Amino acid sequence: MSEPNLLYTDVEDDLRASVRDLLADRADGAAVLGRVESAEPHDLGLWRTLAADLGVTSLHVPESLGGQGAGYRETAVVAEELGRSVAPVPFLGSAVLATAALLRVSDDEHARSALAKLAAGDATAALVVPLSAWPGSPLPSVRAEGGGLVGTVRSVADAAVADLLVVPADDGLHLVEAGAARVTPVVSLDLTRPVADVEFSGAASVRVSGSAAAAVDAALLTGAGVLASEQVGVAQWCLDTTVAYLKERYQFGRPVGSFQALKHRLADLWQELVLARAAARYAADRLAAGDQDAPIAVSVAQSLCAAVAVHAAEECVQLHGGIGMTWEHPAHLYLKRAKADEIALGTPGRHRAVLAPLVDLPG
Amino acid sequence: MSEELRERVAALLAAHDPATTDRLEFLRARFDAGLAWVHFPVGLGGLGAARGDQRIVDEELAKAGAPDNNPRRIGIGLGMAAPTILAFGADEQKRRFLRPLWTGEEVWCQLFSEPGAGSDLAALGTRARRDGDDWVVTGQKVWTSTAHTARWAILVARTDPDVPKHAGMTYFVCDMTDPGVEVRPLRQITGEAEFNEVFLTEVRIPDAHRLGAVGDGWRVAQTTLMNERVAIGGRPVPREGGMIGVVADAWRANPERRTPEAHDRLVKLWVESEALRLAGTRLRQQLAAGSPGPEGSAMKLAFARLAQTLSGFEVELLAEDGLRYDDWTLRRPELVDFTGREAGYRYLRAKGNSIEGGTSEILRNIIAERILGLPSEPRVDKDVPWKDLPK
Repeated sequence: MSEPNLLYTDVEDDLRASVRDLLADRADGAAVLGRVESAEPHDLGLWRTLAADLGVTSLHVPESLGGQGAGYRETAVVAEELGRSVAPVPFLGSAVLATAALLRVSDDEHARSALAKLAAGDATAALVVPLSAWPGSPLPSVRAEGGGLVGTVRSVADAAVADLLVVPADDGLHLVEAGAARVTPVVSLDLTRPVADVEFSGAASVRVSGSAAAAVDAALLTGAGVLASEQVGVAQWCLDTTVAYLKERYQFGRPVGSFQALKHRLADLWQELVLARAAARYAADRLAAGDQDAPIAVSVAQSLCAAVAVHAAEECVQLHGGIGMTWEHPAHLYLKRAKADEIALGTPGRHRAVLAPLVDLPG
Repeated sequence: MSEELRERVAALLAAHDPATTDRLEFLRARFDAGLAWVHFPVGLGGLGAARGDQRIVDEELAKAGAPDNNPRRIGIGLGMAAPTILAFGADEQKRRFLRPLWTGEEVWCQLFSEPGAGSDLAALGTRARRDGDDWVVTGQKVWTSTAHTARWAILVARTDPDVPKHAGMTYFVCDMTDPGVEVRPLRQITGEAEFNEVFLTEVRIPDAHRLGAVGDGWRVAQTTLMNERVAIGGRPVPREGGMIGVVADAWRANPERRTPEAHDRLVKLWVESEALRLAGTRLRQQLAAGSPGPEGSAMKLAFARLAQTLSGFEVELLAEDGLRYDDWTLRRPELVDFTGREAGYRYLRAKGNSIEGGTSEILRNIIAERILGLPSEPRVDKDVPWKDLPK
């Protein structure tokens, strides 16, 4: 195996610049805060622009299925930028989780047709599992009965704005039009990625051929790997913002960033980010390559990046002092995202439990 | 470029068959062929190629069974003296020093730290006074590895005590065989003596052995130290290379000593070690395209923390065997292996990892100030002549 490239390619840097420009324009801190307090917390206008103008929904979809045939390295760069802005768009739920599940069963014509719509940005989907599910975790107990699907799944990411629900049930993977289920948004810890409960009481569906467990596992592994890059983006924003604040905030007649007690904490955080970025890049690269080391790479990245993002967000709040505790300052949006991301797609502890047997470290 | 390099290696091997050529003769021929360090200039052991291309040469030569220059034995020369001589040396100095340095014929050591100047290296007090074409140097240096085998030293000394500390230093190459040089072993907490104290008494250094301008020693020393951190943090390692491999093996070999709490700690450390390894790979990929930046500081900071945590974990895991120590005898090892000997040694030796080559506290200052751009602490000594500083 040639050594994986852990840097960003020129193409990836160009993609990053495009996404960052758009988000700077449309999703700065004030815009995001205003949006999440509105009646429509997801920014679907921004989402359509991301899909139509920048093609973020089709990056890792093969050209034969209507996508760009790029790879998860590029998808991860988009996730990093979306993490950096905590833009409230259904990228993780639709372009990553639901899309990855459908890619795994793309021999099925219904799956292919759904993928084409998702890739083109004509529809948005959600994978109906709790956001807290991890690769290998038990599936929710949705049952396929004579009158349709029956069951309830709690805390599903991006379900509130999905047109299409991708549902693992006891007899396989189903596609459900959102109108056929009851989707109830819940008051969420993470304001910028709210979750919803999804209830099926005899919902009409199309069953997709292929293994639901394999599709969900592939989606959760992919999602967890891409999420690591989002966490890097969250942590990077927290570090950058805190550094900038400590340069301009004066107490005791000097910038507070000149005190070693504070600057050493930021140096430690920067060092954690150096490691986290390397781990996240490796996970994205191995997912892109479809390599057998991907499960190890993803669990390493999740175990590390989740904790680094939370640490960065907590330091951001603390080192901003009083302003960091205010609703007005965007720091809390990142703290809430980081903390929810720590649970999302497997906690660091879950990922270490997954990792241990893979690397021959028996408990 | 890679094809041309392979052809050059093939030509070297054809003219100097490693199986029948004397080791030193082969190494000299390799240097003269520009294959010693390909990113160095033509005529000085290199070809002006990218740093990353060295790997091609090393792999081809290793395949052919060619001898290497035993880089670990001459790490200070390769990692610190050579890049500094290249950056600041006069042409004559480069021609004189670099070839025997690279072949290992001449071992180098570093005379920087002093009992009164550790983290605050710029406070150093070893005096160099001009005397005709020579400088006469008197003072005490400390923490000098390989001083007892070295032919040459890189030395920073104070040439002007009347100006603020950073302005009054000059960088020299010091002949370790001068009669005024006395080397004494310095015993450390492991029981052995890797390092030395070096006493300099009226040592004469010709002005021709000065590196850089008089008074420019601090800037020259920065080049040395930046390269040192790269050398410490940037070695390529396989998965489970280094301390984590030793500890993981101990875990596998001791099923009866496992606990759930220790298991979670170990897997955490495994994850961090793997991430550090990947960050090292990433850093090398960056270096292959350019020159060393301050990112090496992050590697060293993380490396020290992990080495200490892992080695402490291992002693604890070993329970009644952790109560024992292999040997307290004063020895002077030629090579140091952080993962060598037994758990107790590894634990104690790792304590040095956050001190040598820049303490972790100083590295955090470097990261905060040079990378993150945070302001420095107020400096009470900045504009004060060195001779007036409290000591």
